[in-house]
Amino acid sequence: MQKTSDVVQLAAITKRMRRTAIEMITEAGSGHPGGSLSAAEIVTTLFFDVLRHDPDNPKWPDRDRFILSKGHCCPILYAVMAECGYCPKDKLMTLRKLGSIYQGHPDVRFLPALEASTGSLGLGLSLGLGMSLAARLNGGKSRSYVVLGDGEIQEGQIWEAAMAAAFLRVDNLVAIVDYNQIQLDGFVKDILSLEPLADKWRGFGWHVIEAYGHDIAALQSAFGEASSEKGRPTCILAHTVKGKGVSFMENNPKFHGTAPTREECAKALQELA
Amino acid sequence: MPAKTKYALTPGAATREAFGKALVELGRTNPDVVALDADLSKSTYTAGFAKEFPDRFIECGIAEANMIAIASGMASAGKIPFAASFSVFALNKGFEQMRVTAAYPHVNLKVVGTHSGISIGEDGPSQMSVEDLSLACSLPGFTVISPADETAMMALVKLAAEHFGPVFIRAGRPKVARIYDASGEAGQQFKIGQSIELLEGSDVTLIATGLMVAESIRAAETLEAEGISARVIDFHTVKPLDREAIARAARETGAMVVSEEHLADGGLGVRVAQVVAETHPVPMEFVGIQNTYAESGTPEQLLDKYGLLARDVAAAARRVVQRKR
Repeated sequence: MQKTSDVVQLAAITKRMRRTAIEMITEAGSGHPGGSLSAAEIVTTLFFDVLRHDPDNPKWPDRDRFILSKGHCCPILYAVMAECGYCPKDKLMTLRKLGSIYQGHPDVRFLPALEASTGSLGLGLSLGLGMSLAARLNGGKSRSYVVLGDGEIQEGQIWEAAMAAAFLRVDNLVAIVDYNQIQLDGFVKDILSLEPLADKWRGFGWHVIEAYGHDIAALQSAFGEASSEKGRPTCILAHTVKGKGVSFMENNPKFHGTAPTREECAKALQELA
Repeated sequence: MPAKTKYALTPGAATREAFGKALVELGRTNPDVVALDADLSKSTYTAGFAKEFPDRFIECGIAEANMIAIASGMASAGKIPFAASFSVFALNKGFEQMRVTAAYPHVNLKVVGTHSGISIGEDGPSQMSVEDLSLACSLPGFTVISPADETAMMALVKLAAEHFGPVFIRAGRPKVARIYDASGEAGQQFKIGQSIELLEGSDVTLIATGLMVAESIRAAETLEAEGISARVIDFHTVKPLDREAIARAARETGAMVVSEEHLADGGLGVRVAQVVAETHPVPMEFVGIQNTYAESGTPEQLLDKYGLLARDVAAAARRVVQRKR
């Protein structure tokens, strides 16, 4: 794979990844487009620029770890991993079909290049913490990056992990909150508000960086700042737009967990041309 | 080692203490072994490991769900983590984490639950783990181990570390009778998934796990005096089950009693019954806790009140032998 730090190139890749994710979900007839689109820049920037990884050697022990704790947004991850060369691009349209390596939620049994099976919300930060602790014991450079949904962090275990990571002074762990403000039943502020969210993470002992999650340069800078932070973990609060890039999906709770129709897909692909 | 016709039980240590000793020995030979605890290290006996290997011990605080998932993360990154707590907390608070982060991705996690069953005593039912075997066995891919004494625990903890895949190990609070002598030879007979026939017998088979193994040996002595020849088998591995030994025992003795310090609904008994039904149906009786939660009391009082003594195993054996006729 060709890594790049060029913002224009990364933006072009991200747009393609958005298209692929929409096509996959449409073909599957079910899935979660909104959160795949909101996390697109985050996932692309990590895999094509930030992560120390090697698709030709996926089990390289000192690699960085990526965990999509909000596992339902796996279409964007699958699209990016296939683009990196971890898994076949020509099978992407088998998403959610019987026997597909592209399961409805990430499943290491079918796709061993994944770092974790996720889907039940609230578990990924603890897993990332465990991987970071193992890396620290090994004296390696490996860092763990965990993408959390905003609704997901209503789960109590996230805060158990947040408390432990700061107490254990784990600085090779980065949590990225895809703060798109929408969860299945509606707006996060109406379901169970997270605010003041930055203060919460700070209160738990984390270094907090707020960034616009669709600004690739801002994300690059945040990941860079996280890498140089010593003695504590970093949380990047990525302010994002659910359904970003497709006008009728943006900020629309309906597209949290509803696949587009063929017509909607065509319209979305036009907008993402 | 061949089964005997007599068995000498002697005073022994608690299986939780044996776990702690085994963990330290493992730590000395395998640098990948790490331990995690949730503020109970003095009770689970991971404290010895923590003292000798402070860098490889993660104190998680009172957050068992987090502990289990951290351990899975460490396992995914190549470590062999032993995450310990009271069994009731590890299994009930950590069950989803065992399922999603270890069972279905088949991660090399080891969970150790101490203070299992009702023999924890005075602390009462909120601390009593009577569903743990049932829960752990329900998870595909999990190996479930329930040692009966110190020697068994020492041997099985080491085998669990060598076995790749998720394992649950059940330990108890009180001191229990020593069944296996402390020689290396006794420890070497253990294999995960292979039961051990302790006493020969032809009229009935007494299958047991954990502290009910010693009770079953005592019951066999009582029965022998009454002219009933009882075979006693230690099922230190509850999953995967030694199907061959169950089928052979059913065929050769024609009656079976399964005893466990666990709810009779679920656990070892129903799992053995499934194999008996599939292979060689014979009359069976079950000694376990009957659809209830226990209470505060001494371990001895509780095992007596809730029917988990040699007396209860012997009574079940008499009933099941009657049913053969």
